[in-house]
Amino acid sequence: MASTDARDKKTIGKLSKLAREVVRDINAEKDPSLSIPSRSLGNVTFDEARSIIELGDQKQQRQLFNVAHARKFMQTFLIADACRELIDEGKTTSIRDLYYITKHTLEGSRQNTFEDQDESDPIIEDLEVTIDALREELHLFATNKGSMVGPMTIVDSGDAIDLRRLGSGGWSIPSIVESNVIQFQECDAEYILLVEKDAVWRRLNEDKFWRANKCLLLTGQGMAPRGVRRLLYRMHKELKLPVYVLVDNDPWGFYIYSVIKQGSINLAYESLRMAVPKARFIGMSSMDREAFQLPDNVTIKLNDQDISRAKQMLAYPWFDKKAWQKELKTMLRSGVKLELEAFSNKGISYISEEYLPKKIRDRKWLA
Amino acid sequence: MVRATSTQKNDAAPKKPAKKGRRASAESMAQKQREISVSEFFTKNRHLLGFDNPSKALLTTVKEAVDNSLDACEEAGIPPELRVEIHQTAEDRYRVVVEDNGPGIVKAQIPKIFGKLLYGSKFHRLKQSRGQQGIGISAAGMYGQLTTGKPVVVTSKTGKGRPAHQYEIVLDTRKNQPNILADTTIDWERREHGTRVEIELQGNYRAGRRSVDEYLEQVGIANPHATITYVPPNNRAPLMLERVTDELPPETTEIKPHPYGIELGMLIKLMKESTHRSVSGTLQAEFSRVTARVAHQICETAGLRPTATAKRLGPQEIEKLYRAIPKVKVMAPPTNCIVPIGEELINRGLARELRAAIYASSTRPPTVYRGNPFRVEVGLAYGGDLRRMAIEEDSLTIKAKTEDRGEGPITLLRFANRVPLQYQQSACAIFKAVVDTSWKSYGLSQPRGGLPVGPMVLLVHIASVWVPFTSESKEAIAHYPEIIKEMKLALREVGRKLNAFLRRREKDRLQEKRRSIFSMYIGELARSLSRLGAGDETRIQKKLDVLVAKHAPQREVAVAAGASEVADSPVGLVEMSDDGELDDGELELDREEPRQLSLVDDDAPSAPKASKKKAAPKKKAAPKKKAAPKKKAPARKATSKKTTTKKTATKKTATKKTATKKTATKKTATKKTATKKTAKKKTAPKKGRRS
Ligand SMILES: Nc1ncnc2c1ncn2[C@@H]1O[C@H](COP(=O)(O)OP(=O)(O)OP(=O)(O)O)[C@@H](O)[C@H]1O
Ligand SMILES: [Mg+2]
Repeated sequence: MASTDARDKKTIGKLSKLAREVVRDINAEKDPSLSIPSRSLGNVTFDEARSIIELGDQKQQRQLFNVAHARKFMQTFLIADACRELIDEGKTTSIRDLYYITKHTLEGSRQNTFEDQDESDPIIEDLEVTIDALREELHLFATNKGSMVGPMTIVDSGDAIDLRRLGSGGWSIPSIVESNVIQFQECDAEYILLVEKDAVWRRLNEDKFWRANKCLLLTGQGMAPRGVRRLLYRMHKELKLPVYVLVDNDPWGFYIYSVIKQGSINLAYESLRMAVPKARFIGMSSMDREAFQLPDNVTIKLNDQDISRAKQMLAYPWFDKKAWQKELKTMLRSGVKLELEAFSNKGISYISEEYLPKKIRDRKWLA
Repeated sequence: MVRATSTQKNDAAPKKPAKKGRRASAESMAQKQREISVSEFFTKNRHLLGFDNPSKALLTTVKEAVDNSLDACEEAGIPPELRVEIHQTAEDRYRVVVEDNGPGIVKAQIPKIFGKLLYGSKFHRLKQSRGQQGIGISAAGMYGQLTTGKPVVVTSKTGKGRPAHQYEIVLDTRKNQPNILADTTIDWERREHGTRVEIELQGNYRAGRRSVDEYLEQVGIANPHATITYVPPNNRAPLMLERVTDELPPETTEIKPHPYGIELGMLIKLMKESTHRSVSGTLQAEFSRVTARVAHQICETAGLRPTATAKRLGPQEIEKLYRAIPKVKVMAPPTNCIVPIGEELINRGLARELRAAIYASSTRPPTVYRGNPFRVEVGLAYGGDLRRMAIEEDSLTIKAKTEDRGEGPITLLRFANRVPLQYQQSACAIFKAVVDTSWKSYGLSQPRGGLPVGPMVLLVHIASVWVPFTSESKEAIAHYPEIIKEMKLALREVGRKLNAFLRRREKDRLQEKRRSIFSMYIGELARSLSRLGAGDETRIQKKLDVLVAKHAPQREVAVAAGASEVADSPVGLVEMSDDGELDDGELELDREEPRQLSLVDDDAPSAPKASKKKAAPKKKAAPKKKAAPKKKAPARKATSKKTTTKKTATKKTATKKTATKKTATKKTATKKTATKKTAKKKTAPKKGRRS
């Protein structure tokens, strides 16, 4: 498929411009260098007004003639060229696939262009920020992860899908959910509930929680991947539905929530199109143990990593709110964390029949 | 020693006899003892002279003869040409032949020199020479005679047209007198003058550590002005060492003892035997640096009249005098009597034996311990092929310790007045100085209290009118703090040079690594860029190559040879130049100017060049100039290059890049020819080309 739409043409233009600039330097016997927006914690700012994490202006120079950069420099253009080819051919592939496409042994050496995917993934992100292109514009997607069910019909690549009739597994959320791929149709939902854990999502689905409570039920199976986050954002914006997040009561759970809410450090450049600053933290709160009278024996002791992460989070500007400081401090003081499954101690459907309805009814969430 | 003999005689005598009889026999014995004790004593205590076992006996015999030959040649101002042969005559018997082109020995002297212990020309003087005692060669002859019954055969000729005398001599051990078995006159066409000594002895030949081979190799290193041909036994390949300089070391001069170094017994002897009337006169006449004023001060401090008659001083008075000396300030002794090998010649001496990547050396200015002037110098050869070039593989004694490049401890070569010291390393002041030097700061690892580790041969030489050995066997140098301090200073100087080289080489390696990293990626990059529509792949690649060359400049060596060993070659220090000789480059740059003596010394500033003799000025000049202008092998082309002076060397640093490239390319060529040359030498040892 040789035909490329305007968006693809633009992306290819950006890629080859990057290459031409380098060649221009080379021809002038100047040291070629790439200016890559830095994706480190130091270059991330919290925009209080918009309540999202944003990438700063800091750039790092990637120089061909720097022993520490040379390899990455080569890799950047290897990836760039592979993406160009994908776009040219009208194909889209996973970042894992791209790793295999670009991997080969360097001429006259025993080294490979990439040793593992951990080496190629960050280069893709570098390229995205350098030429300011979305991953999908590079015809790449991450591995699918995440499911959804609920009272809504969507169109996925032209196929209408009724999210009420998907049995126990639900609709698998693709990593590219742009409007040209996914469109929303009639919707009965009143809110969106994202749960961290697949097991809890299954419980809620089996109990048809979404039907009784008129909500779209999603899981990102841990940290929500790009596709899930982008979908949340679109549904929040386009369907004007509030977003609730249900995570374990531990620092990692809080962090998952915060990423949904204002973006991640790593993908700060995507915050604007993914972060849902109004997302509500429905649970599980450090105060729930008492409120719902969970026995002590279902708690888990905080480990060292939990403690240090919680302490770090106390300092994050986006957790610098009274309620959040209280959450974190209560957790640290108690020295324990809780999994969502702990509610099963009070009955297998306690979470869907008692806990969640009560929390929503009582408006016991944090924002 | 007299006592040893007499005790034995006493034991043999019956215990009972009356006092009178015993006294009478003691007296008669005393008479005999004076004549026979020396040789008898040494017959029974041969280990004191280095004949404790068969292999050491063979080594000592060669050593005594070679040391004498070198001493004689130098004293007569003749560039030494030596030939050493060892022939096996029976299972445990060897005939040692040492021949020199020295001044020869006058006929009348020959029997006594070779047939009488304690007969020599070097004992009664204070002068830097290898031999000192007057025992060496006659002891070797005596040992041979005792173990084989064969006489020493000496042939000597004192000048062109003169007859050569050939003696067969045995030593009458009871009388310590020579017995002449044969005395003939022969034609000795081959030599205009010189001496040939043949001794047959019971011994054991072996290669390796502490062997004759090793000894001669080391003699070669410390005596670059000597040509030595060595024919080992058992049809092993001969060793042919050609001199690397025509210039003899400047003549050493004799000095009088310095009062600070005197011992009481010696002072008593001097006073008793004085030909001068007064104490003051005697002091002035017998010692160096004792002026009338100083003599008066000594007498005054001792509470003696300067005009007192020297011969009449009682023992207490002499002791007072003895105690007074250190309290009076006396100028340091003259130091021009000490002749070092010199920095340049040390490097070339090392290069004659080894093909190292770098040579560096340092000669300290003269200084004094206990009234004796001395100088210390140090040389090192690092990396490369630390292997003797001229002799067959399995006898490479130096290599034996260093071939596992960098694994084992360095090889330490110790010298005293140019004589290799092969025994008692750990008891020696040199060892202590090396061990106490912190080699880590110069880029070598070093176990606690041990020699540094690495592919290195380290040479330490002490030259003195009197080398303080720990014992008569002349194997280890005593731990005088002044001596150890000088040694450490010299070691530090070469250490710094080594460090500069190692750092430089590390830099080169890093550059090479950078280059390989860049080159590995640019091909891939050029392809991607081209496919992204940025231009033609080969054109981009070419441009990238230019940039790589700019960022990781390549040493031409690597391109030319592709041999890592050559790439190891030093830049800025001593390198092998295209004629296989040394090219000292910037070697001199970081050399400190010789420092003055700490003691007051009017001679000191000019000391290194103060010798009145003709050779003196050259001595100072030699290490500074790139090389003596008329070196060996005038036929070779490259000599013209050698006229560069120190200044040019400085410039060279500035334009290092170009210089480096040049030498580097040349070097590659050298390597090949050098190897060929060696091969030739192995099969056909030539005679010294200059005689
Ligand atoms: N090859 C030689 N040519 C000329 N003179 C020699 C030669 N060998 C020995 N002599 C003379 O004979 C003397 C005695 O030699 P000998 O080796 O016995 O004692 P030395 O060299 O004086 O001292 P040492 O006992 O320390 O070796 C020397 O001092 C030297 O004058
Ligand atoms: Mg001698």
